[in-house]
Amino acid sequence: MSRQPYIRPISRTTWYMRNGRYRRYMLREVTCLLVGLYSFLTIWALAALAAGPDHWNGFLESQQNRPMIIVHTVSLVFFLIYMTFDWFKLAPKAMPVQLGEKKLPDSVIVIGHYAAWVVVSLFVFWLAGVI
Amino acid sequence: MSERTVELEIMRYDPEQDETPHFQTYTVPYHEDWVILDAINYVKDELDRTLSYRWSCHMAVCGSCGMVINGEPVLACHTFLRDYPDSIRIEPLQNFPIERDLVVVMDDFMDKLDSVKPYLVPREEKSVDDGEHIQTPAQLNKFKQYTLCINCTLCYAACPQYAHNAGFVGPAALALAHRYNLDSRDVGRSAREDVVASNPGIWECSFVGACSEVCPKSVDPAAAIQQMKVDGTIEWWKQRLPGGKS
Repeated sequence: MSRQPYIRPISRTTWYMRNGRYRRYMLREVTCLLVGLYSFLTIWALAALAAGPDHWNGFLESQQNRPMIIVHTVSLVFFLIYMTFDWFKLAPKAMPVQLGEKKLPDSVIVIGHYAAWVVVSLFVFWLAGVI
Repeated sequence: MSERTVELEIMRYDPEQDETPHFQTYTVPYHEDWVILDAINYVKDELDRTLSYRWSCHMAVCGSCGMVINGEPVLACHTFLRDYPDSIRIEPLQNFPIERDLVVVMDDFMDKLDSVKPYLVPREEKSVDDGEHIQTPAQLNKFKQYTLCINCTLCYAACPQYAHNAGFVGPAALALAHRYNLDSRDVGRSAREDVVASNPGIWECSFVGACSEVCPKSVDPAAAIQQMKVDGTIEWWKQRLPGGKS
């Protein structure tokens, strides 16, 4: 009796179409493109800021048109769903807290992240003069 | 009234005759209290004695009857017929070579499991006469969930990283490494580090999380791997900051 184990081929380009959990993962990974875009925008903004008021106002103007507003809106939605909500949900897995014999419930760690998010956001808004 | 039946489409592969696997359909009676394994046993006992598959305990403890049912890696003994439509597709675990029919080759997993030293490395050898290694409930609770792993390898079948990179140490082996690293009686962390903290170890994981979703024992290997990444990063900085231990 001879052995001849069969290895099933896997598509390198369409494997994630096999189920919903892989598709959700790929959507999360695809947000790296938006992170890249935002890194570029930040560098551009800092360079404009360093170059003086005219350049800074030029940068602000370049962002205030329909295509850029769509880009920012799509980015915000993707970041909220796949970065903020997703990673906050996963935080208790990476950083479990055990007090004595009991583990702190996951919900406490997740709520802690949201609370910190609100506090940091308020601080940034205050710093920016919005509130 | 005719008796209700279910169609099982089972992947078959005979290494002595087949170039590639193919599906064969069997009609089995439907029983409300049958798990999929009961239906497969019916095929073996009543319809086709040539069908090969692994099983032992029939109670989600031995971890032998892992297979892919309608695209999802599950234990056949832990999955009820009643939760599926009347046509069920049964395949061997993905990401492993098929030995025959539903039996896969697990050598790669066994080698990887062995490589993480999944056993206690005690501070000092003690004879039985010296008594137990004492541990408090709080110390036990740090790792207890990872002791529940039954090596069924459903997590490997679900992991796309393992599918595309056969070198990846993988979820169950890494979760077991974490289990012993967290054990207050163990001092084997540095001995495991070469494998665990390497690129094919924890850093190959991109946190798809599929391993934890399919785990029948709620071991949560994805959590173990992320915790080891945090630990590994802290250790890395400790060694490089001024005054850090080398």
